Amino acid sequence: MRLLTHNMLSSNIKGVSNGFPLRLDVENSVSKEVEFNPDFLRNMFSKIDWKALVDAARSMGYAELPEEAPDSSMLDSDEFLKKFHHALLELHLDEGALICPETGRRFPVNKA
Amino acid sequence: MESSSFILCTAISTCLIWSKWNWKMKLKQLEGYLGNLEQFPNAKVELEQYPTGPHIATRMFYMAENSFGHIGGNFVADFGCGCGTLSVAAALLGAEYVMGIDIDSQSLEIASLNAEDLDLDINLIQRDIRNSTWRGSVVDTITMNPPFGTRKKGADMDFLFMALKVASQSVYSLHKTTTREHVKRTALRDFEARSAEVLCELWFDVPQLYKFHKKKEVDIAVDLWRFVP
Repeated sequence: MRLLTHNMLSSNIKGVSNGFPLRLDVENSVSKEVEFNPDFLRNMFSKIDWKALVDAARSMGYAELPEEAPDSSMLDSDEFLKKFHHALLELHLDEGALICPETGRRFPVNKA
Repeated sequence: MESSSFILCTAISTCLIWSKWNWKMKLKQLEGYLGNLEQFPNAKVELEQYPTGPHIATRMFYMAENSFGHIGGNFVADFGCGCGTLSVAAALLGAEYVMGIDIDSQSLEIASLNAEDLDLDINLIQRDIRNSTWRGSVVDTITMNPPFGTRKKGADMDFLFMALKVASQSVYSLHKTTTREHVKRTALRDFEARSAEVLCELWFDVPQLYKFHKKKEVDIAVDLWRFVP
């Protein structure tokens, strides 16, 4: 599972009021190269939840993103966009689980 | 002066003809690819699993991409993706990120094989659309062939409700023509869609998948809708 997918999932459990973001329990993660598309990244930047992305990337061992959401002038920087691209689209949670932040319930994630 | 504007005119019209021809080829190819996909080996009646025919899927994507530019370069999600026909179509037409969601793990396995066969990158996840929660407005476009709500009343509207919450740009969906007024009213009044229009009426051929089907094949009139959330 890629982190763009993770960024829009919220816990399904009935009665949970704040089920976002789901925490990651990472058993195995991989990185797969994807074509770099700055326009798509700029579009997604305005839509994603920055903190959820940063925390998820960190739990997969990638700590290159700034903690605070950068302002949109950073979107002209190729260096920044490449890091954003890597975290959002190239990192995969291959084996592990997503964990509901309120109830602690686990949703297993696997390749298949 | 006159002759140069004439040349310009010819150039433009040649260009138009070329792009039309190009689209025709693209559609033919698309329909060909979709026609070769693996479909449900044991369709589950409670989930109203009917494969989306290649012709209908191609029409949907022709409209979404050629008339509105809502596929290429976009984040496209396929709600109730089944074996992945619409997800594959989105990926083939250049969607930047494709996500297929279905409750049924067997269908997702087939969807995954279909994507692999064509070397396409599709993000598949198992989730029950009807009882799911999402952070909205990340997805640009949703394309879907939801359950028609014949077996489980209201399933079609549950899908539409969720799609209109999740998509930021538009939702393309198929619904039975007999439900047209109901769909329109519900989308505009209850789900607060900004617009709901029928793009065209199509025939959905439902092959004899289930025991209760008496005829070999039944044609159902369906509407191809475009909703703006």
